[in-house]
Amino acid sequence: MALSASEISTSGAQRYAGRWTHAVTRRAFVTMSGEQVEELLTAHAVRLAQALSAEEFSADPAREVGRALVEANLTEPDTLGWSLRALGEHLVDDVVPGLRLPDQATRLTELQAALAEGFALALRDRTFAQQERISRSAWEARNEAEQALRDSEARFRAVFSGAAIGIGIGDLTGQIVDVNQAFADMLGYSRDELREINVSNLFHAEDSPGIWELYEDLIEGKRDRVRIEKRYFRKDGSELWTDLAVTLIRHDDGRPRFTVAMVQDITERYALQQRLRFQALHDPLTGLPNRTLFFERLEAVLQDRQHDRRVGVCFLDLDGFKAINDTLGHDVGDKLLIVVARRLAEAVSSAGHLVARMGGDEFVILVADVDQDGTTVEVAESALRAVAEPVYIGANQLAVSASVGIVDRFVDDGTATDLMKAADTTLYWAKAEGGRGRWARYDPERAAREATSTALAAALPSALARDEFVVEYQPIVSLGNGGMRAVEALIRWQHPTLGLLSPDQFIGLAEETGLIIRLGQWVLERSCAEAGRWHKEFPRARLMVSVNLSARQVSDPEIVDQVAGALRNSGLPPDLLQLELTESAVMATGGEPVRALRRLASTGVRLAIDDFGTGYSNLAYLRQLPIHTLKLAGPFVDGMRAHDPASVVAERIVDALVRLAHALGLSVTAESVETPEQVERLTALGCDSGQGRHFGTPAAPSAITALLRSAEMPGS
Amino acid sequence: MEQSRALPTEVDLSRPSAARVYDYFLGGAHNFEVDRQLAEQIAAMTPNLADTMRAGRAFLRRAVAELTRLGVDQYLDIGSGIPTVGNVHEVAQGINPQARIVYVDIDPVAVAHSRSILEDNPLTAVIQADVRDPAHILAEARDTGLLDFTKPVGVLLAGVVHFVPDSDEPDRLMATLRAAVPPGSYLVISHSTFEDQPQEMLDAQKLSARTATEITLRSKAQVSAFFGDFELLEPGIVHMPLWRPDSPGDVDDRPERFGAFGGVGRKPAAG
Repeated sequence: MALSASEISTSGAQRYAGRWTHAVTRRAFVTMSGEQVEELLTAHAVRLAQALSAEEFSADPAREVGRALVEANLTEPDTLGWSLRALGEHLVDDVVPGLRLPDQATRLTELQAALAEGFALALRDRTFAQQERISRSAWEARNEAEQALRDSEARFRAVFSGAAIGIGIGDLTGQIVDVNQAFADMLGYSRDELREINVSNLFHAEDSPGIWELYEDLIEGKRDRVRIEKRYFRKDGSELWTDLAVTLIRHDDGRPRFTVAMVQDITERYALQQRLRFQALHDPLTGLPNRTLFFERLEAVLQDRQHDRRVGVCFLDLDGFKAINDTLGHDVGDKLLIVVARRLAEAVSSAGHLVARMGGDEFVILVADVDQDGTTVEVAESALRAVAEPVYIGANQLAVSASVGIVDRFVDDGTATDLMKAADTTLYWAKAEGGRGRWARYDPERAAREATSTALAAALPSALARDEFVVEYQPIVSLGNGGMRAVEALIRWQHPTLGLLSPDQFIGLAEETGLIIRLGQWVLERSCAEAGRWHKEFPRARLMVSVNLSARQVSDPEIVDQVAGALRNSGLPPDLLQLELTESAVMATGGEPVRALRRLASTGVRLAIDDFGTGYSNLAYLRQLPIHTLKLAGPFVDGMRAHDPASVVAERIVDALVRLAHALGLSVTAESVETPEQVERLTALGCDSGQGRHFGTPAAPSAITALLRSAEMPGS
Repeated sequence: MEQSRALPTEVDLSRPSAARVYDYFLGGAHNFEVDRQLAEQIAAMTPNLADTMRAGRAFLRRAVAELTRLGVDQYLDIGSGIPTVGNVHEVAQGINPQARIVYVDIDPVAVAHSRSILEDNPLTAVIQADVRDPAHILAEARDTGLLDFTKPVGVLLAGVVHFVPDSDEPDRLMATLRAAVPPGSYLVISHSTFEDQPQEMLDAQKLSARTATEITLRSKAQVSAFFGDFELLEPGIVHMPLWRPDSPGDVDDRPERFGAFGGVGRKPAAG
């Protein structure tokens, strides 16, 4: 018996599917909308109904429906339960109402079984497939991750083993875990040997003290990397200089785990640096430290401002080195410097003193701690002794000596530059003492004086230009009648800050600098002009002016013209001008001064020898000179004091000198006359005139004018 | 290529994976014993959870279908997991066969699985990346050549932003993603919430710490902030089943029981 499809109720199939949908989507509302699910299930309901009512029964469609449920992802266990129950209880009533087949119950059971079978098979297949896929994915993912890890490891390994730079890994105890070949090669060990070693064994005895602390900080996690230049000993004991960078590797939680060291061999670079540094700090000729290194050390000593610590410097310069260079050649000179350098080094370096060559033939010795190292003078003397030994260079035996300037002072007493300036000054003193092989010691007071003198000398020319000089006049009085016969012109410097300076404070400087010529001429002209005015106003007084001439003025070829010019300009009669010369100016060997004196005398002026008796006068020579007067030096008159037994001797000498002068036809003027007793004695001895405080101190021109005026007054 | 955020270098199969637990809840067999154990533990505490996950999947399906019908033909699915059923490419390509999808997940197993599933689908690609590194995701997505960032893109973050704790600045990463796409692009977010939830749901959240990441439950306002200036499509941010259900009958009487909000926003024209 067959049934046509039209007997299947479409509305019934929809009703059946509606309930079915409601049941399954409660749990598995996933890929499709409810509408889509219901549509699908309606089709399944129709298929099941068709299978049930087919003329020739087959359960296969139910099997396909079971599979289709799984494929639609309707896989929840209760989906199957509901589907089976509905099939048995409602399919006929809903979809094919009235169907009555003899084997209907069997057919339903068959369909139920087939649907369950199809569902189970599909679910099993799907589960297998998904399990296989997820397992394969997991395996692939793991494989990929491991491959990535292996690749990364391989890359690291390649870097590690192939790097030209040395790489070492150490644990926190300092134990070396691994090193690459480059590291092993640098240190001359095998990799296996190094893996047995603790890094502390590789520390160099002379590593700077901070290095350990840096390493400790690193392994304690206080810092993440350290980069230093460090020495190692190779296995063969030789020294390796490296640029070392150590990095800390931490655990994920930040705890220190390993250290990785990257090491680069910079031994050659270091050696080159050292060589360059040596070259930069040493004198190429003698190999001694140069001035740069000396100042570096000196600065270091001065920086170390320990209380009470003294530092010493010996500044040494060969005597007459230029002559050796000039006569024997620079080659011999250089060899001499090498020998001197070696001897100085041997003499004082052993005691720990630095010997440096400052340049030319100048050497310097640094006594870093005077109190500990003996006195600086001892060092200087041993240096002088070392230099003084004869030097043999080729066929030449050279007698060499040196001079040393010694400075010895507290470290906090000024800069290095001050110290070296002082040393230079002191060396100059040693040289100026005129000897060979001498030393001089720095004297701050002397230096201060010299500094003042230098400042004054420098100020002299402008002082002349600014008219800061004045001339004062001191009376020279006749011992016979007490009248003022002459005045001595005495120059003063009205210094803007130092006040009135006497000639002994600046004339020496003017002589050294040569300014004495212009200064002397100025005094000459000013004095003649003044005396000319006096002569014009007081012609009867016949007051003579006495002007000092320095030795340099005397030897100046212009002097005669200058004197003549001054007389001409002032209108002063020549015999009212007296020129005072020192014994040394007069007695100087050579013909020029004598010729100059004769030419001066020929102008009609009078010539006097000043400070007679203090120099070395050649009495025989004195006779031949056109001299008119001797001025007895102050000390002779000073010696003539009452109640002094020694004054008898002084008086006899003055007596002899007066007699000598008179015998030669010269008049005598006594200087430094201070007391009436002295006047009395000098008068008794026949001395012609006197000058000194007794007769009046140097005074302004107006005071002299006043004296002349009062002398002219009737009745005076 | 620089990876600013380290991806897992090891695949540890002794730990459960969020993607595989999710798959189990969706009725898949792409999971292992550890995953199923954890899933059962979670399910025992919150019987609703499997429903939540299905609801989340359904929300995603409806949202993608909606956007595809609106003309979006390229998607960036971040946190795609194991594409068991109802995948974005199935939904989108079911409507527009030319739709292109780039899947992103951090789980190397999920990524490997996705690749094997999608082997024969030239309009899809899978990249392994961390949601917390949007710059990396965007760069990798561009490198696939599948997405054209001058045209509207659907950016999908289904059940993933709640894996980003506040300390990882989810606002900033959302801003980066929003800025990367042109006007007319869409942002789809579903996100677990504590709002309207019973205590057991909140307790279950703590269990999730046993997978790779803990879940951070957020309020509707917080989820809303993730959309920035994007204009929300109707009905706004709602419990997931309420977002444009297929039919009113699909929504049961307690839509809040799924414990998650869903929403879709559209990037407005510039200016």
